[in-house]
Amino acid sequence: MLYREAGDFKTSYRDDSQTFPLKLDRMGYWVTLAVAFGVIPFVITDYWANAVLVPFLIYAIAALGLNILVGFGGQVSLGTGGFMAVGAYATYKLTTTFPEISLLIHILLAGGITAAVGVFFGLPSLRIKGFYLAVATLAAQFFLVWLFNKVPWFYNYSASGQITAPERTFLGYVISGPATSAPAKYLVCLAFAVALAWVARNLTRGTAGRKWMAIRDMDIAAEIIGVNPLTAKMSAFAVSSFFIGVAGALLFSIYLGAAEASETFGINKSFLVLFMVIIGGLGSIFGSFAGAAFLVVLPVFLKNVLVGAFGWPTDLAAHVELMIVGALIVFFLIVEPHGLAQLWRLTKEKLRLWPFPH
Amino acid sequence: MSPTSQTILSELAPPPAAPAPSADGYVTADGRKIGGVLMDLRHITLRFGGVTAIKDISFDIREGEIRAIIGPNGAGKSSMMNVMSGFYVPQEGEVWFRGAKRPPMRPYQVARQGLARTFQNIALFDGMSVLDNIMTGRLTMMKSSLLEQALWWGRAEAEETRHREQVEKIIDFLEIQNIRKTPVGRLPYGLKKRVELARALAAEPKLLMLDEPMAGMNVEEKEDMSRFILDVNDEFGTTIALIEHDMGVVMDLSDRVVVMDYGRKIGDGTPDEVRNNQEVIDAYLGVAHD
Repeated sequence: MLYREAGDFKTSYRDDSQTFPLKLDRMGYWVTLAVAFGVIPFVITDYWANAVLVPFLIYAIAALGLNILVGFGGQVSLGTGGFMAVGAYATYKLTTTFPEISLLIHILLAGGITAAVGVFFGLPSLRIKGFYLAVATLAAQFFLVWLFNKVPWFYNYSASGQITAPERTFLGYVISGPATSAPAKYLVCLAFAVALAWVARNLTRGTAGRKWMAIRDMDIAAEIIGVNPLTAKMSAFAVSSFFIGVAGALLFSIYLGAAEASETFGINKSFLVLFMVIIGGLGSIFGSFAGAAFLVVLPVFLKNVLVGAFGWPTDLAAHVELMIVGALIVFFLIVEPHGLAQLWRLTKEKLRLWPFPH
Repeated sequence: MSPTSQTILSELAPPPAAPAPSADGYVTADGRKIGGVLMDLRHITLRFGGVTAIKDISFDIREGEIRAIIGPNGAGKSSMMNVMSGFYVPQEGEVWFRGAKRPPMRPYQVARQGLARTFQNIALFDGMSVLDNIMTGRLTMMKSSLLEQALWWGRAEAEETRHREQVEKIIDFLEIQNIRKTPVGRLPYGLKKRVELARALAAEPKLLMLDEPMAGMNVEEKEDMSRFILDVNDEFGTTIALIEHDMGVVMDLSDRVVVMDYGRKIGDGTPDEVRNNQEVIDAYLGVAHD
């Protein structure tokens, strides 16, 4: 009854194509942003930042990136872990070579470098599709991780083979290194996540998004109406890799503080982000956030319940947790194969009528 | 007078004088002015391995004309349309468009020259809304860069609004206002055909190619579609090339007809000329071999 478009008239095409056509949605969006920027930084603890919010935001960026490629562009990729590694190692090399330039600029540059690498490994998509393309991108995953392990130049010849984030500041606040405070970590990741989500939305609602979706839905028809498949596919790979590179850079420099290619950016990461996209909902920006939240928050929540509330031993809880998460993934995909975003959409459609039957 | 005698009379009457297409066009029976040659297909031969789908076919399409391509199943009509839209490259022959020979090019480049088409089996983008599908018809006119789009700044937003206005005109024209936000996958067949026509029209093509626009439709839907085709030709002056199996529709709509059979051209002319062509009658009704 309250949640509906009746009475919310649009008088221009600009109004009509806005992201949240419903007033209640718009209010919800602004309230969420206000709480995220205005309230949470003051109450956040180390535990909440490190266990829940920071990884959630970082994986949401990675899921957004992969969703642009898989969900909007229709190109399957299993190279996410490798591309995150490119972002992380590029940030490390840049910030150790040019320490005087802000880390935030280096993170964006690292995204750009990842975009270039992504375009290179996306070239096979011009010839192959589907599972075959997935296997081709798997090559990127293994090659990149191997490269960062084998060439000492990438980790500045450190004895451990690890890269460690040096201390960097922004406006006087430490944002990288062991001394970083929880609010600083959170705010940097939040700023990137919000800005990139906005960029993703802009791209997918306009010309670029239509080109990607046209190629996804029917590539031959897309070419006949004038979409150049080369630029459409390569731009999808570039934008997607940019997002994933930024996520990798944040994961290393802000969140973990140290990384080792095969451990931090292994094939598990590729699958994790792909699962987030599938569970969240292909071709949905909200879904990227929902999927990331599901796979980041749920394990923490289960652990707290099992260990904290039931008093189970930690190792037992860890195994049961995996089983429950797995079962829930299967359950959700059976209930709604199009992911959490579709569930949310259906809920909203029901809400428009509620509490009336018609 | 019984219907039979009427038919006989009409057959006895000589067919109306064939307009002699000259370089600067001709005037149709209903008084429309047809211009010069828009697309000229010269000696097109298309082979798939050992199969020759099209054998040495030449015909032209003139500006403002509705040109039909007809023929029995497997005659090579759709292959011909694929040659015209650049999807197939013929082994022999030349395609001339707007007075210039078309060099070898990819289909998306052909689209940018001002050709748009619909497909026999609907080729819409199922995951997108009707509005987005029609907007894809205007992709070739979008000039904003990826960065501008990412920041929704500069040309990106202005362009979106401007093209939306044009698309809304087409939506009004084809009477699909109520479904503009519906995902295409949910629409019934007849409406999908209409949305596909809208997408092709959105490109403001010089030459609009329709591959069986009325296949699988009931009488009312066919009447609607015929009206839209005539209106498009009349209001926008769009040249239309049309493949259709419904002879009534073809004879009523088109100005000139090409008849194909087994990859060869067996007839070319006004509907009346074609109807009285012995080879065409043989191809459609069969001929006794003795």
